[in-house]
Amino acid sequence: MDFLIFKAPMLMVQASLDGILLGILFALIAYGMALQWGVMNIINIAQGDLVILGGYIAYTMYLAGIHPAWGVIVSPIIMFFVGWALYKLVINKVVDRDLFISILATFGIAIVFQQLMNFIFGADVVVAQSEYGTTMLFDNSVTLPNSKIFSAFISVLYAVALVIYMKKSRLGRAIRATAQNARAAKILGVDTEKVYAATFGINAALCGIAGALISITLTLHPYVGLPYTVRSFMIVIVAGLGNLPAVAVSGMGLGLFEEFADYILGTEFRIGAVFMLLVFILVYRRFKLSKKREYLK
Amino acid sequence: MNKVKQKDLILYSSLIILGLAAPYLFSAFKVQLTYLCVLIVLAMTWNLQGGEMGYNTFGNILFYGLGMYLTASVQVGMFFPLAEWTESGGEKTFVHTTAQYFQGIGVGLLVSAIVPAIVAGAIGYAILGLRGHYFAICTLGLGIAAGEIAGGIEIIGAGQGFTTPPFPAEIVDTEARGKFFYFLSFALLIGTFIFVKYIYGSRFRLILNAIRDNEDKAEAMGIQTMKYKIVGWMCSAFFCGLAGGIMGGLIGYIDSTDVAFDGREMGVFMVLMAILGGKGTLWGPVIGATLFHFFKEGLWTLILGWQYVALGVLIVVIVVYFPEGLMGWLREKYPERFGEVIDEKDRKAQVELK
Repeated sequence: MDFLIFKAPMLMVQASLDGILLGILFALIAYGMALQWGVMNIINIAQGDLVILGGYIAYTMYLAGIHPAWGVIVSPIIMFFVGWALYKLVINKVVDRDLFISILATFGIAIVFQQLMNFIFGADVVVAQSEYGTTMLFDNSVTLPNSKIFSAFISVLYAVALVIYMKKSRLGRAIRATAQNARAAKILGVDTEKVYAATFGINAALCGIAGALISITLTLHPYVGLPYTVRSFMIVIVAGLGNLPAVAVSGMGLGLFEEFADYILGTEFRIGAVFMLLVFILVYRRFKLSKKREYLK
Repeated sequence: MNKVKQKDLILYSSLIILGLAAPYLFSAFKVQLTYLCVLIVLAMTWNLQGGEMGYNTFGNILFYGLGMYLTASVQVGMFFPLAEWTESGGEKTFVHTTAQYFQGIGVGLLVSAIVPAIVAGAIGYAILGLRGHYFAICTLGLGIAAGEIAGGIEIIGAGQGFTTPPFPAEIVDTEARGKFFYFLSFALLIGTFIFVKYIYGSRFRLILNAIRDNEDKAEAMGIQTMKYKIVGWMCSAFFCGLAGGIMGGLIGYIDSTDVAFDGREMGVFMVLMAILGGKGTLWGPVIGATLFHFFKEGLWTLILGWQYVALGVLIVVIVVYFPEGLMGWLREKYPERFGEVIDEKDRKAQVELK
């Protein structure tokens, strides 16, 4: 094995730390996906593009001279309304339909979003400078940008806050009731239409937070949304719907996989590796289930 | 019965004559017509999966791109070292003679039909075991992964792309190149149409429909569903590979994500065209592809820059409001013309129930 990473053990520490911190961010996006999938039974291909849009909101603030870290508060608020509007315009017409219809419809939305972002923000790769500096560990052999630590911290904070909100608040209970049985919830007086809109809004808001964090830790580009969709989809099918600890763990696992794939296969195959992992996970689950003569549902 | 056949005969022969005459009638639009043929082929083969079998695939683009790379690689590799060709950007150092060019493209197309079919057969058992949206997402991932991976492989040009051999310069006729690719794609279109029409009249189609309607029951009836699913996918891969090979030669330049494994354009187009025309019908994809192509070519020059926004909106509108497509709409309006007999009593009873 002639890979650099196996020769220098410190690189492994570096990759692991990077992977875990990145994975927490992925888990946040995946949590939003699990939420809407569980409640509304739609798969949102535009998830990644909502993330990127949230990132561009933070980037716009950065250009205006405001510190981009404030994006984690402003971006979810704006994105909540974007999500709400999106629900009212398109998503409410595909909720009760075949899942493939929702996939295609949100694919269309994703294309529109990509192109509009391309018009407004340009096709350059951009990053918002947080200027948080870096932390050096182990005799300066491992460098850790403070922005990554910050983003992981904020992700955990928001995830915990959302879990508590879903458990305690009235809307949270309505959302959970609708997820269990939309018809029964409707009979008992829950305005499911409103619940759906709120769910999609919350999902978009989570994407907004993640996007704002991505704008300071990684890079933004109008066309990189789809990998985020696929990552969150992957995390959700591994972890299952509505199992938050599992979402966090599989998010970190995905982050680790990506960082190691980056070192071993080379950066040019990173996205390819993510998509291949998706195929492998699905095929693995399919073979595992087919032993019991079942299939993924 | 005889009368119906005669009508069909007139229809088909007039269409073939129109197809053969088209490059002379619309001499300036030969490239567009070639595109149209390829789009129809892609929509028809997608319809075999999405419409007939109920497996909504985004992955047929995989075979299309594979065919494109294979044809070009074989065409170059038969006569020249492939690595040097892609490194130097092609034509400057090596020149195909006329005979070499046609030999190369002939063998290349053969390979680009067979290899994707074999690939489909090889991955079919694993992938086709997935159902519904898992299958859709998995094939979407497969198509994009293929593009990303092809963009990292040095010998086929990696990120900088692959220039396919230029049309032999010895043929001075300026029209020859367009005509050659048009007739090639038209032949492919006819071949695909005959094949799909044959399938539509066969037991194979009934089995595919049974899989679509209820796979578990089909299996319980003793149909080896997996076998038929794989064969169906291999048929699609065969024609998609050929279509890709022809398009590679026509475009003259292969980029991994923008031309070959172009999930964002071609991959969505084929789904959209089949749905627009009406999936699960013989003529639906043909009509859908034709309409879509006219719409695209007519409108896209007017709204230059906004075409992707228009495309996205179009997808949403078609999918949300016309999921049954044009043929589905016609079928609802004129059920008699599709050989459906409606019992008047039954209809009245239904109305009363409402």
